[in-house]
Amino acid sequence: MAFKVLVCAKQVPDTNEIKINPETGTLIRDGVPSILNPDDANALEEALKLKDKYEDVTVHVVTMGPPQAETMIFECLAMGADEGIIVSDRAVGGSDTWATSNAISAAIKKFGDYDMIFAGRQAIDGDTAQVGPQIAEKLNLPQVTYVEEFDISEDRKEVTVKRQLEDGYELIKVATPCMLTCIKELNQPRYMNMKGIFNKNKDIKIWNAADIEVDLATVGLKASPTNVYKSFTPKPKGKGMMLAGDTEKELAQDLLIRLKKKHVI
Amino acid sequence: MAVNFADYKNIWVYAEQRNGKLMNVALELIGEGHKLSREISADTKVCAVLVGNEIDHLAAECFEYGADAVYMIQDPVLAQYTTDGYTKALFDAIEEYKPEIVMYGATHIGRDLAPRVAARCNTGLTADCTHLDIDMDGYIQFAEENTTLDTSKVKKDDPKAQGLKMTRPAFGGNLMATIICPNTRPQMSTVRPGVMSKREREVGATGEIINVKVNVTDADIRTKVVEVVKSAKELVSLTDAEIICSGGRGLGGPEGFELIKEFADKVGGVVGSSRACVDNGWIDHSHQVGQTGTTVKPKIYFACGISGAIQHLAGMQTSDIIVAINKDPDAPIFEVADYGIVGDLYKVVPQIIAEWDNAEALADAAK
Repeated sequence: MAFKVLVCAKQVPDTNEIKINPETGTLIRDGVPSILNPDDANALEEALKLKDKYEDVTVHVVTMGPPQAETMIFECLAMGADEGIIVSDRAVGGSDTWATSNAISAAIKKFGDYDMIFAGRQAIDGDTAQVGPQIAEKLNLPQVTYVEEFDISEDRKEVTVKRQLEDGYELIKVATPCMLTCIKELNQPRYMNMKGIFNKNKDIKIWNAADIEVDLATVGLKASPTNVYKSFTPKPKGKGMMLAGDTEKELAQDLLIRLKKKHVI
Repeated sequence: MAVNFADYKNIWVYAEQRNGKLMNVALELIGEGHKLSREISADTKVCAVLVGNEIDHLAAECFEYGADAVYMIQDPVLAQYTTDGYTKALFDAIEEYKPEIVMYGATHIGRDLAPRVAARCNTGLTADCTHLDIDMDGYIQFAEENTTLDTSKVKKDDPKAQGLKMTRPAFGGNLMATIICPNTRPQMSTVRPGVMSKREREVGATGEIINVKVNVTDADIRTKVVEVVKSAKELVSLTDAEIICSGGRGLGGPEGFELIKEFADKVGGVVGSSRACVDNGWIDHSHQVGQTGTTVKPKIYFACGISGAIQHLAGMQTSDIIVAINKDPDAPIFEVADYGIVGDLYKVVPQIIAEWDNAEALADAAK
């Protein structure tokens, strides 16, 4: 009895490496590495743990993006995934979260039967956390977001998860199939391994809009209900005053006098 | 999509409650919604939407903080938050009453619920907004004061941009974008807690209560909440703190937070942290300030050994006063600090603690 686990992943620029050109106020993206989105790595790891545990589990990574997303799929396969699917088509370019979830849910329908879907909670380039729940909505699946602990019943018909809240957690039970969005507290993603890197039987599929049979009126920039009206960089706050003093005590006193005079303490 | 915009009216705030208590962000959004509703028109209302069971007592609080009306969506099946139950209840109400705008707090629950509702309504949703405008002049003024946007290129009469302009950080706070939702209704956004301002409480204020019929049954709800556990760890309320003492990589190790805790205790503040310390496991993520953590705007933010990565600055640079203590005179944190001290935090912070109670006498003596 095969048990198919889907993982939704995204290739993102490493936002920690992005710098601003101070003259033009624009992003410097040259040389910024593209990475597997961190939360998605946790999603993949949890799927791979299931595969470690049960022989009949297969792990299938689904992504949407330009053909270069293949490098991320290679990484996922080298970690141990069985298959990668890239939805790539100009027609889906510029999609917002609503349109993206239309395209990915269409790809998942094309994929056919599945037993579980893991996704990262959010991607570090947009930080919206919307695509996972919106895919679940379009597939009419129950969802649990912010999953920090995962367990599955013996018959694999039900999962028990801890869902992180700001001040604690909820313990939730839900039947499979379901959509779970994962956070970094869930696990420690494994490294790529030799077996994965050199496995010749791995499969990468590239699907275009026609392949996934998606209604073109529901994907891409034009179909997206939200549009970017303007984009810009925040104005740097004016540089303040550097305090001077011979001793730490003098510096501390100078600071406190200034804060007191400003009536903030 | 043939949507008749004239059918959609008023601003809804999803007034999130947990265990019969309103979340702070609900009151902040009522305040913001009040402002925005008056920018739309004199007869546009800001409405709080309460979903739950036995929560009648919360309506008064919503009115006192500025709500013109309260929609009550109550049923035993909604006693506890579930994605399925709350999505259906809210979606049904939106279909029936057609609000022009729906706002949610960007809490763990708001960010679970809003995308699901927006997808069901086939409308747009903008996540984690930090600024909202209707009025074009107000938008231009905001952009001029806070951003590098060339406002001479903003066309005031652009028909696509007459609705809600939702501004949010992206790319880890490196970039900001204003998002619009020109063709569908309602316009929806989640808003970061701690960013918008509550209105002054008007004790005794009241308004219209609309009881919404609930069509949710147990069969609609596919998840089962077994238990809700409050963590034993100390509750960190960074968003409400007037003073935050934050530590960064410069602490050198988890034990550095003992000094930061002592500092926070002395000044009546709360302990914050940069992402680096959380990633290193030096402190719990609930203390994290920044784009991926909590956005804060205390009266005083002490940044101790924090270099000032953009993603951290994005979460604290609107603090009233920023004090930075760092060994490296070139640390980016000094670019946003009101007062900078180049030095060893392990020497400077103990002196601030020691002199704290003398501040008044010192200031008098310095006159």
